[in-house]
Amino acid sequence: MITTTSLYDQFITLYREKETAQDNNWLKPLRDSAFEAFSGKGFPTTKLEEWRFTNVSPFLKEDFRLQPGAASLHKLHSAVQIPLLDAYEVVLKNGMLNEDVSIPGVKVLPLRTALKNDDLKAYLGQRINLQKHPFAALNTALFENGIVIEAEKNSVCDKPIHITHVYNAEEAVFIQPRILIIAHRSSKIQIVESVVVIGDKPLFVNSVTECYVAENAQADQYNLQIAPSNAHLVNFNQTVQQSNSLYNNHTYILPDASFVRNNLHLDLNGTNTESHLYGLYLAGARQLADNHTTVNHLFPNCLSNELYKGVLLDSSRCVFSGRIFVDQDAQKTNAFQQNNNMLLSNKAVVDSKPQLEIFADDVKCSHGSTVGSLNKEALFYLQSRGIGETAARNLMVKAFAFDVTNKIQIPAVREYVEKLITRKMAEAYD
Amino acid sequence: MLSIKNLQAKVEDKQILKGINLQVNAGEIHAIMGPNGSGKSSLASVLTGRENFEVTGGEVIFDGKDLLELSPENRAREGLFLAFQYPIEIPGVSNINFLRTALNEIRAYHNEPPLEAKEFLRLTREKQKLVEFDAKLTNRSLNEGFSGGEKKRNEIFQLAMLNPRLSILDETDSGLDIDALRIVSNGVNKLRSEKNAFIVITHYQRLLEYIVPDFVHVLYDGRIVKSGTKELALELEEKGYDWIKEPATTASV
Repeated sequence: MITTTSLYDQFITLYREKETAQDNNWLKPLRDSAFEAFSGKGFPTTKLEEWRFTNVSPFLKEDFRLQPGAASLHKLHSAVQIPLLDAYEVVLKNGMLNEDVSIPGVKVLPLRTALKNDDLKAYLGQRINLQKHPFAALNTALFENGIVIEAEKNSVCDKPIHITHVYNAEEAVFIQPRILIIAHRSSKIQIVESVVVIGDKPLFVNSVTECYVAENAQADQYNLQIAPSNAHLVNFNQTVQQSNSLYNNHTYILPDASFVRNNLHLDLNGTNTESHLYGLYLAGARQLADNHTTVNHLFPNCLSNELYKGVLLDSSRCVFSGRIFVDQDAQKTNAFQQNNNMLLSNKAVVDSKPQLEIFADDVKCSHGSTVGSLNKEALFYLQSRGIGETAARNLMVKAFAFDVTNKIQIPAVREYVEKLITRKMAEAYD
Repeated sequence: MLSIKNLQAKVEDKQILKGINLQVNAGEIHAIMGPNGSGKSSLASVLTGRENFEVTGGEVIFDGKDLLELSPENRAREGLFLAFQYPIEIPGVSNINFLRTALNEIRAYHNEPPLEAKEFLRLTREKQKLVEFDAKLTNRSLNEGFSGGEKKRNEIFQLAMLNPRLSILDETDSGLDIDALRIVSNGVNKLRSEKNAFIVITHYQRLLEYIVPDFVHVLYDGRIVKSGTKELALELEEKGYDWIKEPATTASV
C-alpha cells in the first residue's frame, strides 16, 4: 500500500474537511465506508495481484489540484470528435455537466441534481467491491460531478448518446467523474465516450462508471480512450445485467495517453443474458495500457464472449488480465475469452493473464492467449506484389484488429477508429 | 531483360548459390530443373529479395537496373513477379482489397492514377475468366480456406492482374492434379507474349508438356550444370538426376 505520498495525505485531509458537506442520509455511509477502504489501503502497489504488472506510483507524484472547480472552465469548448456521427451530443467539462440535455425517452441529469433523488440509492456503488479496488473507493468517497443517464422503460433511443469528456489540464489536475447509466426494462441505449484534453500539464482521471441493464434491456458502451501523453486514465466500470438483457462493451486504447488502466466488471445477475466485450489496444512509445476484466456468471443459461486484441509498438507496455467466474448455480453457461497480442517492436512488453474459475459442472468455457509478432512471410508476400512495407504493415495490423473493429455497430465510429489506427501507425513509424 | 552473372548467395553460413549465370530475353520461357535442395527455390528467393538470403557476389541486371539494389516491393513494381511455391494465407486481408492495393501501388510507382472502382472490377472479371479462376473473391480473406489448387490458381490470377514483365513460377505444378495443372498452364500460355518472359521452376518434366520452354537448365549444388532445349527435360525424365550429379561433384572437387 502507498499511504506515505503527499497525494494520499491530501485526499485524507480533503475528506475530513468535506465531512460537513451536505450529502443525503444514504450517501454519507457509502462515502464513509469507501473512505475507510481507501484510507486503510492507500494507493495500490505491485505487491497486490491486481496490480502486479502495473506500477502506478510514478503517475501519482505530481502536485495535482484535486477538485478543480468550474472557474477554470471558461476556456473550454466542446469539440466535434467523430465526423459524421449522428448522435445526441453531451459534453462533460472536468466531469461536470452544465447544460440541459433533452433526449426522447432518456433522462440525462447532472449527478448533483440526480443525487437529490433517493432512487439512486439502489444503484450507486452497490455492486463495487470497495475493499478490493482502492481507486474506485477513492472516487466513491470524493466524487463531486458526473452524469446520470436513464433510459425509460420500453424506450428505444434512436441515436447513440455521445459523451465528450473535456478536461482542462492547463494546470495539473486530478479529476474523479462518476457516471451512472440505467437502462430500464426493455429499453435500448448506446453510449459513446471520448476524451478531449486541453493543456499539457499532467491530468489524472479516476472515473467510475456504473451501468445497470434491467430485464430485457440492451446497452452498448463504446469507450474511446484516445488522449495526449499527459493524460492518465483510470476507469472502473461496473456493469450489472438482469435476465434476458444484452450488453456490449467496446474499449479502444490508442496513442498517446501515457497510462490507461481499465477495470471492467460484469455481473450477470439473471438468466439468459448475453454479453460481448471487445477490446483493442494499440499502444505506442512509453504507453502503458492495462485492461482488467471480470465476468461473473451467477445464473444459468448466460452467454459471455470476450475478445481483446493488442498491437504493441515501440517501447509500449500492455497488460491483459481476464477472469471468468462461473458460480455453482450457473449451469449451461457459455463463456469464452480470447486475448491476442502482436508485438511490432523488440522493446514492447505484454503480460497476458487469462483465468477461468468454474464451479458448475455443465458449462462450455474456453480461454486463450497468444503473443506473436508480424508474420514475416506474409509481409514478404505482400511486398512481392508491389505493396510497400508501410502499406503492407498497415494491411496486416488492420487485418489483425478486424475481428474487433468489425464488431462496432455504429459506422461513423468504426470509420473513425479505423482511420485513427492508420494515422497512429503512420506516426509511430515516421 | 534479365541478366544474371556469377550470382552467389548464402543463408546464415550456408552457401546456397555458387555462381549462377543466366540470360533471359523477352518472349522466352526458361525452365529450371534440378533435384531437391539444389538451389532452385533459393534462386527465386534471391531474385525477389527475400530477407534471410544474403548475396555474396555477382550481379543481376533487370531491364537495365541493378535488381539487387531494389527493395522487394520495387522489384515487383519494376515488373518482377513470383508465383509462390507455398502461397501465404492472410486472414482479415480481403483478396480484393489486397489486389487493389497492389495494383494501385504499382501504378503510383509509374506515376499513374489509381484505377477507378468500375475499371478495377471489369479487369478482375476479365482476368478471372482468362485464367479460369472462378472462386468468389469478395468478402474472402487472402487465400484463406482455399484448397492447394485454388491457391496456385490464385497466384496465376494475380499474375494476370499485375501483368509483370518477368514471372517466376516456383514449383507451381507441385501437388496439382492434372486438371488444375492444365488450367494453370493454359493461363500461363494465354499470358505469354513477345514482351514478357517466364522462368518456370519445376521438379517434374510433366509441366513442360503444357508450358513448352525455349530453354531448360539443370541446377545442381548451387550452379547451372547443364543447359539445353526442351529435349533435355525429356532426357532428365528418363535418366533421373544422377548422371547430372556425377560430373558436377567431380568438377567441384
